[in-house]
Amino acid sequence: MMRTYAGHSTAKASNELYRRNLAKGQTGLSVAFDLPTQTGYDPDDELARGEVGKVGVPISHRGDMSALMDGIPLDEMNTSMTINATAAWLLALYIVAAEEQGVAQQALQGTTQNDIIKEFLARGTYAFPPAASMRLIADMIAYTVEHVPKWNPINICSYHLQEAGATPVQEIAYAMSNAIAVLDAARERVEAAHESDNGTRGAEAQELMEQVFGRISFFVNAGIRFIEEHAKLRAMSVLWEELGRERYGVQDPRRLRFRYGVQVNSLGLTEAQPENNVQRIVLEALAVTLGRDTRARAIQLPAWNEALGLPRPWDQQWSLRIQQVLAYETDILEYPDIFEGSIVMDGLVGELLHGARAEMAVVAEHGGAVEAVAYMKGALVDSHRERLRRIEAGEQVVVGQNRYTESEVSPLTADAEGGILVVDPAIEAQQIEHLRSWRSQRDQPAVDAALAELAEAAAAKGGEQNLMVATIAAARAGATTGEWSRTLRDVFGSYRAPTGVGEAAAAPPDADLSELREEVMRLQEKLGRRPKILVGKPGLDGHSNGAEQIAVRARDAGMDVVYEGIRLTPAQIAASALQEGVHVIGLSILSGSHRELIPAVIDALREAGVEAPVVVGGIIPEQDVAALREAGVAAVYTPKDFDITRIMRDIVELVGAEAPVPVAGSVASVNGSA
Amino acid sequence: MSGAPRPTGTRPEGVGPSGLGAHGVGAALGARLRDGDLSAAPAVLNLLESTTAQDRREAAALLRAWRADGQSVAMLAVDPSSRRSGGSLLGDRARIEFDPTDREIFIRSTSAGERLGGLAWATRAAAHALAAAFDVVVIETVGVGQAETEVADVADTVAVVVQPGSGDVLQFYKAGIMEIPDVLVVTKADLGTIAMRTRRDVGAALRSLGSTSTSVVAVSSLSPAQGIEELIAALREHGAGADRAERRLRARRANALADYAHEHGERGLRALGGRLAAEQLLQSQDPQLDTAALVAALQRSAGER
Repeated sequence: MMRTYAGHSTAKASNELYRRNLAKGQTGLSVAFDLPTQTGYDPDDELARGEVGKVGVPISHRGDMSALMDGIPLDEMNTSMTINATAAWLLALYIVAAEEQGVAQQALQGTTQNDIIKEFLARGTYAFPPAASMRLIADMIAYTVEHVPKWNPINICSYHLQEAGATPVQEIAYAMSNAIAVLDAARERVEAAHESDNGTRGAEAQELMEQVFGRISFFVNAGIRFIEEHAKLRAMSVLWEELGRERYGVQDPRRLRFRYGVQVNSLGLTEAQPENNVQRIVLEALAVTLGRDTRARAIQLPAWNEALGLPRPWDQQWSLRIQQVLAYETDILEYPDIFEGSIVMDGLVGELLHGARAEMAVVAEHGGAVEAVAYMKGALVDSHRERLRRIEAGEQVVVGQNRYTESEVSPLTADAEGGILVVDPAIEAQQIEHLRSWRSQRDQPAVDAALAELAEAAAAKGGEQNLMVATIAAARAGATTGEWSRTLRDVFGSYRAPTGVGEAAAAPPDADLSELREEVMRLQEKLGRRPKILVGKPGLDGHSNGAEQIAVRARDAGMDVVYEGIRLTPAQIAASALQEGVHVIGLSILSGSHRELIPAVIDALREAGVEAPVVVGGIIPEQDVAALREAGVAAVYTPKDFDITRIMRDIVELVGAEAPVPVAGSVASVNGSA
Repeated sequence: MSGAPRPTGTRPEGVGPSGLGAHGVGAALGARLRDGDLSAAPAVLNLLESTTAQDRREAAALLRAWRADGQSVAMLAVDPSSRRSGGSLLGDRARIEFDPTDREIFIRSTSAGERLGGLAWATRAAAHALAAAFDVVVIETVGVGQAETEVADVADTVAVVVQPGSGDVLQFYKAGIMEIPDVLVVTKADLGTIAMRTRRDVGAALRSLGSTSTSVVAVSSLSPAQGIEELIAALREHGAGADRAERRLRARRANALADYAHEHGERGLRALGGRLAAEQLLQSQDPQLDTAALVAALQRSAGER
């Protein structure tokens, strides 16, 4: 199946895009939701500012979902939704939109990503605490197995783990551990349901559990080392089958098959000479198509310009054409598995299996994937740092970035907007307007009653009331994404995931860093205390790898680092900067909302009386840099600034330049002065 | 009440030590500190989190409960520094959710730096400053070491947080590294029997060390939170029962000696006639003197000899 991950601006604009893509030969939909929808906020929420319609489509209620699917026959469509924390809600909206088309939920086909553990580990768009999140997932699995049988309720994602720095071994081990956590939760639910019927764990429960197992699919990543990546997929299919047979007693070979969709690696795509990303994408696509026994079920390819900003429809068309050339022009689909009997491939697979089993045992020792989130997060931050170190040191070649960097002027990025899609900032105001008119026109008492019932179902113990039922009722009544989420947050409590930064080990000494430490020491003498930096991510964007690496490196350089984590409002950043007395503030933003959010943060800081300089890192198009500097940003870093030690040196220099006259004093004089 | 800008807070006029929020720390506070007026200072609590550097949920839950009760809270979160680089990650501010516009909450992370007299001195100075402006001051330390036990001297009440299943804390007691806490908090009460067993073991260990007064409270910060009310009650009870003035006097004297020794070393102590003589000298001083004045007295005495 061929898809492109798409959606932006509004439901109507995205609907038009989907219809065009389907006309071009795309065979399924892959819906990208904007960050407020993914994290459960309405467009008029403070946290949604600057994010509405940016990285995907905003869906606030069943009206939006109907507009999104308008004219697309849902009984024929296979729809993949990249939605996690709010997956139950978006599936409910989809079911209701189908009802409106006259399509029964039994006929619906598709996937909700719904993998919450990787949100805690890598992607950051979680909404509820781990236990409550796992309950939502179990409820969805229980509901869909019975009522939406062709739906894949969850896609275990190793994709984002690789984006967060996972090695192949970590990717396999954490994905499998994650699957075990989900399946164990589902088994508990299934057994409880059947126990209450007849007091034993009957054959019926076992059959249901086998069905559940058969519905679990994976969403994996494929990196540039595509031979090893192919071996990784073979290893995963071995482990999956083993898990099914041994832990869950599954017999049916069809249900034991490792089914996965793939988006190839975005992490390795470069901002420097972005045209090279096309060949990277092609090679990565080979990893998941070469061997028939472990071929991907569905492929979506990123666009060549992802490291620059949001791709335009033309960029996505290019990615679709890559797949079409592979499928229809080459001969890869004509042969049986071409690696069968390969000693080299079998050896590679064996190595990966060995490593993955050992790492899975470590996770199990922590008490399973949910309990091991902090451990896994720390391990990923460590791996990512090692990867960056190798690139900085030139041990890992990235063409156009750390080698062969000379380039002719690129005609691809020469247009006024730099070769990316720019979402009209007026969309946010429009969405808010639409939402308000929706709220004013619906049957409010019905919404209130539905939400009250949802709260009651949530407060009941897991397994007693399936949250899907109340969720679908709320969708039908016309509740909004923000209302649904707030109702559950009020019951479950809110949550902030571990940052992994504290667990990351100290850096091994190297010459560059030693030199930097000396500079930090000199600065410390000048300031009278250790330089202190605040690192945080404003807005809803949860891709925290960059911020984490900056935080860890600043610590390794000898600074005091206040790492603020993700999802911060300008007011929170200002309050922290003030209370912590920091010398410099580092903000990271990848969602494209920097034009709105960064000036808002600076305003909040200055209003609070914080004069410390602000530096910004992230996916910032060249043409936005001037505007940010004008807003008061001291320096802007983008993916092409891959040398973090150099960034640190800049920051130290910046703090030094802004530092006041050296403070004289010692313990004795301070003590004696009181 | 001074003319310092009145921050937006929830505390009614005239309630609390000074009415100052985090950011109005100015003239009035300065005056109070100069006067050495720490008598009205509220509970200074040292919340010592044993081994879980990444888990500040108990602190966060306490903070929420105090705020719900209308009390202003300042928290000093002390993290261990990286030994190799001297840098530190004061990461878990991120785990404590609070309303950024609420000026009655103040959280500052500090690292165990080597400068300016070390962790104990810096933390004590900060705690005293904050105590003049907030109803509750929490010094939150992580890990068990010399620096943390020094910090404990600053506090009126020492609470130690223990995770079920981790035997570390017991080992530390037995080795005499850690003082006996006033309140012992067992986390993850939601784990049921494991938490209860830990609670029992800890209670037995404390009794075997001769402590009869330490209250042991089991809490769970996971929703639905439990035990936080009991914890606050235990802290309040200890605060009411303890002879705070006596404890603070003892702490001031011990701290003065530590500061003096830090600055002047063994030679400085010899100049006073040894540690015992120094202690006697401190005991002869006016009980109203603050730490800095006591240090000054030691310095004067050493100069006269």
